[in-house]
Amino acid sequence: MSDIGFPILSLLLAVPLVGAAVCLFVGAGTARLVALLATLINFVIGIVLWASYDPAGAQWQFVERADIFGPFSYALGIDGIALMLIMLTVFLMPICIGASWNAIAKRVPEYMSAFLFMETLVIGVFAAQDIFLFYIFFEAGLIPMYLIIGIWGGQDRIYAAYKFFLYTLLGSVLMLIAILWMVRAAGTAAIPELMVYDFAPQAQTWLWLAFFASFAVKMPMWPVHTWLPDAHVQAPTAGSVILAGVLLKLGGYGMLRFSLPMFPEASAQFMWLIFGLSMVAVVYTSLVALVQQDMKKLIAYSSVAHMAIVTVGLFAFNQQGLEGSIILMLSHGLVSGALFLCVGVIYDRLHTREISRYGGLSINMPTYAVFFLLFTMASIGLPGTSGFVGEFLALAGTYQASTWAALICTTGIILGAAYSLYLYRRVAFGEQKNSDAAAMSDLSMRELWLLAPLAGAALWMGIYPESFLQPIRRDVSMIVERIDRAKPASDSQLVENVGWTERFRTVREEHHENTAAGGAH
Amino acid sequence: MIQIIVFLPLLAAIVAGLANRSIGNVPAKVLTTGALFVSCALSWPIFMAFMSGSESAYVQPVMMWVRSGGFDFDWALRVDTLTAVMLVVITSVSALVHLYSWGYMDEDPDQPRFFAYLSLFTFAMLMLVTADNLVQMFFGWEGVGLASYLLIGFWFRKPSASAAAIKAFVVNRVGDLGFMLGIFGVFLVFGTVSIPEILAAAPDQAGSSIGFLGMRVDTMSLLCILLFIGAMGKSAQLGLHTWLPDAMEGPTPVSALIHAATMVTAGVFMVCRLSPLFETSQFALNFVTIVGATTAIFAATIGLVQTDIKRVIAYSTCSQLGYMFFAAGVGAYGAAMFHLFTHAFFKALLFLGAGSVIHAMHHEQDMRFYGGLRKQIPVTFWGMMAGTLAITGVGIVGLGGFAGFYSKDAIIEVAFAADAPYAGYAWFMGVSAALLTSFYSWRLMFLTFWGKPRWADSEHIQHALHGHHNDVDHATHAHEEAAADNPPAQEDAGSAPRAHAADAEQLPDGTGGYHPHESPLSMLIPLIVLSVGAVFAGFVFHNFFVEPETAGAFWQGSLAFNEPLMHAMHEVPTWVKWSSTAAMLLGLLVAALMYLRETDAPRQVAENLSPLYKLLLNKWYFDELYTLIFVRPAFWFGRVFWKGGDKGVIDRFGPDGVANVVRSSSGLAVRFQSGYLYSYALVMLLGLVGLVTWVMVR
Repeated sequence: MSDIGFPILSLLLAVPLVGAAVCLFVGAGTARLVALLATLINFVIGIVLWASYDPAGAQWQFVERADIFGPFSYALGIDGIALMLIMLTVFLMPICIGASWNAIAKRVPEYMSAFLFMETLVIGVFAAQDIFLFYIFFEAGLIPMYLIIGIWGGQDRIYAAYKFFLYTLLGSVLMLIAILWMVRAAGTAAIPELMVYDFAPQAQTWLWLAFFASFAVKMPMWPVHTWLPDAHVQAPTAGSVILAGVLLKLGGYGMLRFSLPMFPEASAQFMWLIFGLSMVAVVYTSLVALVQQDMKKLIAYSSVAHMAIVTVGLFAFNQQGLEGSIILMLSHGLVSGALFLCVGVIYDRLHTREISRYGGLSINMPTYAVFFLLFTMASIGLPGTSGFVGEFLALAGTYQASTWAALICTTGIILGAAYSLYLYRRVAFGEQKNSDAAAMSDLSMRELWLLAPLAGAALWMGIYPESFLQPIRRDVSMIVERIDRAKPASDSQLVENVGWTERFRTVREEHHENTAAGGAH
Repeated sequence: MIQIIVFLPLLAAIVAGLANRSIGNVPAKVLTTGALFVSCALSWPIFMAFMSGSESAYVQPVMMWVRSGGFDFDWALRVDTLTAVMLVVITSVSALVHLYSWGYMDEDPDQPRFFAYLSLFTFAMLMLVTADNLVQMFFGWEGVGLASYLLIGFWFRKPSASAAAIKAFVVNRVGDLGFMLGIFGVFLVFGTVSIPEILAAAPDQAGSSIGFLGMRVDTMSLLCILLFIGAMGKSAQLGLHTWLPDAMEGPTPVSALIHAATMVTAGVFMVCRLSPLFETSQFALNFVTIVGATTAIFAATIGLVQTDIKRVIAYSTCSQLGYMFFAAGVGAYGAAMFHLFTHAFFKALLFLGAGSVIHAMHHEQDMRFYGGLRKQIPVTFWGMMAGTLAITGVGIVGLGGFAGFYSKDAIIEVAFAADAPYAGYAWFMGVSAALLTSFYSWRLMFLTFWGKPRWADSEHIQHALHGHHNDVDHATHAHEEAAADNPPAQEDAGSAPRAHAADAEQLPDGTGGYHPHESPLSMLIPLIVLSVGAVFAGFVFHNFFVEPETAGAFWQGSLAFNEPLMHAMHEVPTWVKWSSTAAMLLGLLVAALMYLRETDAPRQVAENLSPLYKLLLNKWYFDELYTLIFVRPAFWFGRVFWKGGDKGVIDRFGPDGVANVVRSSSGLAVRFQSGYLYSYALVMLLGLVGLVTWVMVR
C-alpha cells in the first residue's frame, strides 16, 4: 500500500541515480549543480515522505513490490525507524555536496556521481524489504565510499581504503551465508516476515554471530574499530561527514532490524558480549581521543565512544534504551557530521589537521567559534541539544538492564567533556600562535549555510525531540514486545521491604510482640 | 509572569549574543541589564506574595519535552516558596551584577559577549530552580555549568583561564555522573521523574533494597547519595571542590554572581527541594552532614593563608556552603535556605567589593600589595565592612545583628540542638569554622584597608605607573608574573614594605606614587544595595525562614520543615548561643593582633609551623594528588591504548598482519597498492551475489 498512491520510495532512489548518471557526462561546474539539485529534490521528497507518514497507520508504509525471480524481489517499504534514517540521509546529502563545492578540484563529475550513487544505495538499505535487496544495498553502499577515500583522499588513502575493505569483507561474507541459511529455513526473503519468524535458539546463536561480524565492523565496535580513524583522516571532508553521519548508522540499523527482532534469544545470550565490548570502547576510545594530535582522528575516536553507547542502549531490552539509541544515532549523524565540517572549514584554509597549528580562533573567526562550540556541546550531550536526549535515554535504559554497564558508560560524559573541551581549547582558545592561522577569515556565506541547518536540527532535536520520537515509538515498542520473552534478568531489581532495615524492623516488631505478650501474662 | 521572568533573560542573551559586536556595546548592555531588572522587578512581588501567604504553589506548563515509554518529562515552570526565594536571590544579584559590569568591564572589547553569557547563565539558573522534574533541573544544572565554563574562560587568551574553565566543567561532570545515575535510579524505582510525585512516593520506598553494582543496598540511601554527588560537584564540596578556586580566573562580577551567590548554591537548593526524599534515609543525611561539616572547616583552613583576595573569598564560599549542607543534613532545611539567602547578598557584596578594590589597584589581586586603602576608596571600604560584619556574624544575642548573625548562628545552634548522629561533629566544626571565618575575613580587611600602602612592589601598579597600558590585554595579563618574583611562601603581608633595591623610584610611603581611584557609580550602586541586604536581610527575614511559629506557613511544604527541631534550636543553652559570637570575637582579636599590631607575627607563625603552613598554602595538595592519580594516568593510558593497543596489537595482528601474509605468500602487494582492490571487491561481491541467486533459483 502506498499512502499517497505513488511509488515515492522508488522516486527517492531514482533521483540521485539519474543525477549520478547525468554527472558522468557533464563538466565540473554542471556536475556540481546537478548534484546539488538532485540532493535538494531528494530532500524535498523526503519532507513529503515524512509529512505523509502516518505514525498510527500500518507498520510498513509506502510499500512497493515487484517479484524478480525466486524469492528475490524488489520490495520497498519503511517504518518509522527507517523513515528517520532516510530523513537524516537526505538532509545531510545536500550539505555534503555544498561542502565539496570548492574543496574537490579533480575529477569533479566522477566525485559527484559517486556521492549521488551512494545516496541511492544508502536510502536503499533503509527502504529495502527484501533481505537480498538489503544485502546488495548494504554492501554496494561501501563501494562509492572506497572510491571516495581511495581517489579523493589524503596521502595514505590507499592504506585507509584497504583497511576499510578488509574489515568489512569478512563480515559481509559471513552475513551472506547467514542470509542464505535463513531464507532457506524460513522460506521467505521478506524482512517483515523474517522479523516475526522464530528461528530455533541454537540456530539463532550462529546467525546472530554472523550478522554481528558485519554490524560490529560497520558500527564500529571495539576492537574492530581501527579502520575508522584512518578512513576519516584520509577521506575528504564530505566523505567524513557521510561516513560518520550515515554509514556508521548502518550497523545500528542492522542490529535493530535483524539481530534483535529475528534472534531475540541470541541477543539476550550475547547481551554481555555487547555490554562488555561497549564498556571497554567507551573508556578506551575516549582516552585515546584525549591524546590525539589530529582533529579528525580525535572526532573519529569520539564516534566510536558514542556508538558504544548506542550499542548498550540497543541491547538494554527496553523502550528507553532503544529509543535513546536511535535518537543518539540521528544526533551523532548531525553532530559529528557538523564537527567534521568544522574541521573541514579550517582544513580548507590551512591544509592541516594538526591541532597544534591552530589556536585562538575565537579572535579571528568568532562566528566559527560559536558553531564549533555548539556542536562540541551537542557532542558531549549538553541538555537542550540532541546529544543529551539520545545519550540520556540510552543510558537510562542501560541502567535498568545493568548498573555496571550504566556506570562505566556514563563515565563517557566525563571523558567526553575532557577530550572535547581540550580540543576546543587548543583550537579556539589561547593566543594566536601562528600568523597563518591568525589570518584565516571567518565563515563564508556558503559555510554558514552548511552549518546553520545542522545547528538548527541539533537544537530542535534537543528541545522538542517529540518530532523524532513520535514516528519511531510504535516500531520500537513492537521490537521491545518481541524481544521481551528473552529479556535477561537485571542487576538493579528493586526488592520492596526485604532490605536490612526491614529485617531489622521485623525483628524489632517481634520483640515488641514478645514483650507485649509477656506483659499480658 | 513567571514565563517573562525566566525567558526574558534568554531572549536578551540570544539577541546580544548573536548580534554581538554588530549592535555595539551600549545596546547589548542596555538590553541584557534591562531584561534582568524587569525579571527582578517581577520576582519580588511573587516572593512578597508567598511571604504574605496570599500565593500558593503552581506549575506553569511550557512545552512537551520527552516521551519515552513512561520516561516522560516536560518543560514546565514550578513556582512555590522555595522557588520564590531563589527567584529573588538570582534576579536581584544578577541584575546588580549586570549593572556593576558596566563599570567593571568598561574597557573590555568583548562586552556584548560578556553580557550575553551573564544573561544566559541567569536563564539557566532560573530553569534550574523552577524545575518540576529532575531532568529539567539537570538541564539548568548543566546549563549553568556551560555558562560558568564560558565565563571562567571569558578571557580565553589567558592559558590559566581556559584551563580553569575546562577544570570547572569536567569536575562538575564527575558530580553530574552521580546526578544522572541518581535520575536513572529514581526512574527505575518510582517510574517517574516528576519531583512532586517522587516526594510523595518516597516514604513508601523507605526500607526497600535495590541492586547496584552487584550489591544489594538500601534504595533511598543509594538514590540520595547519587543525587548528592551531583550537589557536591556543583556546590564544590570536599573532594569535588578543586574547580572553585581556579574559577576565580573569570572576571570578578562572574565570581560574585556564579561562584558565590547562585550557581554554587544549586546543590543546597537541590537537597532542600528533595528534602522529603533525603528524610527517608538517615544514612544519606549523615553523609550530607559529614561532608558539609568537613568542607566547612577544610575550606576555612585554606582560606587562612591565601594571599589572592578573590581566592580567600572563594574558599570562604566553599566553607559557607559546607554550613548550608550540614544544616540540611541535620534536618534544618529552612536554616540552610536562610543562610543561602543571606549569604547570596553578603558574599556577592564581598566579591563585588573585592572587584572594586582590584579595579582601584589596577588589576592587582594579591593582598600583599594592598594596604591603607580605607581612605582612598571609602565607599568600597564600607561596603566590604558591611559584608565582613555579615559573614562573621556580628551581633548581640537577644538584640540583633547583621545577616550572618541570624543565619549562621541558626545553623550552629540547630546543629547543637539536633539529635542526628553526626550533629555534634557538625556543631563543633561549625563553631571552629566560625573562628577561622572571622580570622580570614578580618585578615582580608586589615591587609587591604589598614596598615601602610605596599603597592609599589606590585607589577600591576608598576605597569600603571610606567604607562605600560595595553588596554586590550590588561585583563589577560598573566598574574603569575607577579607571583613569580614574590615568593608566596613568605607571609609577610602585614609587615612593612620590603625594600626593593633595584627600584629607585620607590617612594618611602610604599605607594610608589600611585593613586587608587574609587570605582564609578555603576559599580558603587550595587555595593550599596547589597550592603543594605547584608545588614538587614537577617533581621527582616528570619521570621519567615527559621522561626518555628511562622516559617512552616511560609514554606508551605515546599521543603521538609521540621518545626520541633526549630523549637529545640531556640532552647539551646545560652553558652551555645554565645559560642559563635565568642568564636567571632576571638578570630577578630587574633587577626587584629597579627595584622595591625604585631605585623611581624604572621611570618613567624608561618616559619614556626612551616609544614602546616605549606599544607594549607598548597590547598592540602588536592590538585597535585588529582593530577597524579587521574590526569596523568588518563593521558598515559590514552597513549598506551593508542600506540600499544590500536597500533601495536589490533592493527598488527589484524589488517596489517593479513596484508603481510598476503604480501609474503603471493606477492600481490603491488596490486593491493595500486588501486585494483576496488575492482576486486566489486568482482567478489558480484560473484557472490550471482552465486546466491543461482542457488536460490535452482
